[in-house]
Amino acid sequence: MNEILKVEALHKTYDIKKLFKPTLKLKALSGINFHLSKKETLGIVGESGCGKSTLAKVLTKLESITHGEIILLGKKYNDYLALEFHSKIQMVFQDPYQSLNPRKKAFDIIADPIRINTQTSSLEIDYLVMEMMKKVGLREEFSKRYPHHFSGGQRQRLGIARALMLRPEILILDEPVSALDVSIQAQVLNLLLELQVEFNLSYIFISHDLSVIQHMSDRILVMYLGRVVEYGSRDQIFYNPLHPYTKILLESAPKTQKSQKTHGKTLGQEIIVKGELPSALNLPKGCAFEPRCPYAKVSCKESVPDLEIKQGREVACFEV
Amino acid sequence: MSNNLLEIKDLNIFFKSDKNPDPIHAVRDLSFSLKQGEMLGVVGESGSGKSITNLALMGILGDSAIVRAEQCSLNNRELLNLKEHEWQKVRGGEISMIFQDPMTALNPFLTVEYQIVETILAHLNISKGEAKNKAIELLLQVGITSPKDRLKSYPFELSGGMAQRVMIAMAISTSPKLLIADEPTTALDVTIQKQILTLIKSLQEKNNMSVILVTHDLGVVSEFSERVQVMYAGELVETGRTSEIIKNPKHPYTFGLLSSRPGAVTRPAKTPLASIPGIVPAFHQRPAGCQFNPRCIHVLEDCKLGKIPIEHFVRCLHPMKETIV
Repeated sequence: MNEILKVEALHKTYDIKKLFKPTLKLKALSGINFHLSKKETLGIVGESGCGKSTLAKVLTKLESITHGEIILLGKKYNDYLALEFHSKIQMVFQDPYQSLNPRKKAFDIIADPIRINTQTSSLEIDYLVMEMMKKVGLREEFSKRYPHHFSGGQRQRLGIARALMLRPEILILDEPVSALDVSIQAQVLNLLLELQVEFNLSYIFISHDLSVIQHMSDRILVMYLGRVVEYGSRDQIFYNPLHPYTKILLESAPKTQKSQKTHGKTLGQEIIVKGELPSALNLPKGCAFEPRCPYAKVSCKESVPDLEIKQGREVACFEV
Repeated sequence: MSNNLLEIKDLNIFFKSDKNPDPIHAVRDLSFSLKQGEMLGVVGESGSGKSITNLALMGILGDSAIVRAEQCSLNNRELLNLKEHEWQKVRGGEISMIFQDPMTALNPFLTVEYQIVETILAHLNISKGEAKNKAIELLLQVGITSPKDRLKSYPFELSGGMAQRVMIAMAISTSPKLLIADEPTTALDVTIQKQILTLIKSLQEKNNMSVILVTHDLGVVSEFSERVQVMYAGELVETGRTSEIIKNPKHPYTFGLLSSRPGAVTRPAKTPLASIPGIVPAFHQRPAGCQFNPRCIHVLEDCKLGKIPIEHFVRCLHPMKETIV
């Protein structure tokens, strides 16, 4: 219907080549399926190394697809030409200190996407840039300044302005507020919510911070070691999580109010997850979460659980 | 004489700079105390002076810093008058510190064994063999399985959580009286964060050690620390029991910080967050009067004048009466 992006059985494998050693395959993404509708926010959550950022890179064509298909507005990714593609999908990066060219003025940073991709006259570019700066809350006189003159929050606003210049339909936000202080974080999140309505944007919002994901998302994809473990609506994931990993992730997030631990009830006692993420080079044969899972059974070691629809959302776990 | 382990009265930290004739005033009139075995949470954004205070307590601020205090004592021993060789006994011996990023805090060229044993030998009068056994014991204590193999590892072979455990093992190797943890879990994932904070908490209780836990996350403080102090632009703005402050913040800054936290208040998704307008003022542009007045929505004329004293544990002339819902 309103579906604008569809990801089907997406795989991304990196070859690790070492001299005199056999080439190793690192499975960064295996069998990812999801879709994104117009004006919707899909939250992607998981710990470092789970493939969130690889997914963002594949979605923006910064990395190639190993297997599978991504369909954007009814057309396959590989059939897009660069210009057409970039005016559909854009990205905002995590670190506003490293993602802006320190030698360019704010004006040029924002204007470059239009200059490179379109034939717009410089007069019109002037107007469009000033208009966009106003929209993201930057004053006009800032346009002559270099990135180091700006604070973290302002830089992130610059990054957002740059991403919106080609009027994309989808914005990929890779940890857009992780580098910011709490009070500034709220300002940027509010801005993103306003812009979503104004420009009819769809967001793919990647974060490790559950409270941010909870606040911003309509639907949520929980990833673990390159696989989707749970995929459902915001309320399903936060108020009735089914996968043990989702439960543990929610339980581990520090909270100010004890009463908020509604999901804690399903777990009974507080659980601290054992161990750490296994290496993606040496994945367990069965369920990737099995070595850390408090509910693991022998059968979990033998085969990988598929995503199945349970209680209205997709979960990959034998024990649910 | 007091019973407190750490007693700080009117601590001021300045930085000299070549550009400005006036030194930068980074921390103003900070007073607090800490009992033996107590944990204190310190919350503040970047530029609030929380890390600089810790560096001053460790005596590792550079030459450009001027540290002045009426009192800054550990176990009734004045720290600021110490000579460098005396500092070396205190630093790592009586006060230890864990840093934010374990990967940059460990020396990449040296094995875990070398780094832990070096710390132990510097402070305790034992042989190298005994120090190695102690290192194994410490690694077990911080929850590292197969410690003998880990001793031979270099930092790059460890994961972030593992490296932070090694840092903690090093920090507690000399049984310090005070442990300063400066954002110990900011670089780590939530599940690992919980493991590390639980470890620090259990070590605090077992060793009757005092802990200063610095963080920007109010959630971390409210789960792990009974007492909290909130800092803003180099000043202490509010202090008290964590449960009380989380429910009834009196300072508008604390109030703003709490309500701008997504998920702190149960709201429907995608509604605007209550944000604090503006940014923390730069060091050389600090306002007169209350440091928070340019960003405060309840600001009145008298907030912009003079020094605001701390009264009833809050530095505000017009404390808030609302509660966080």
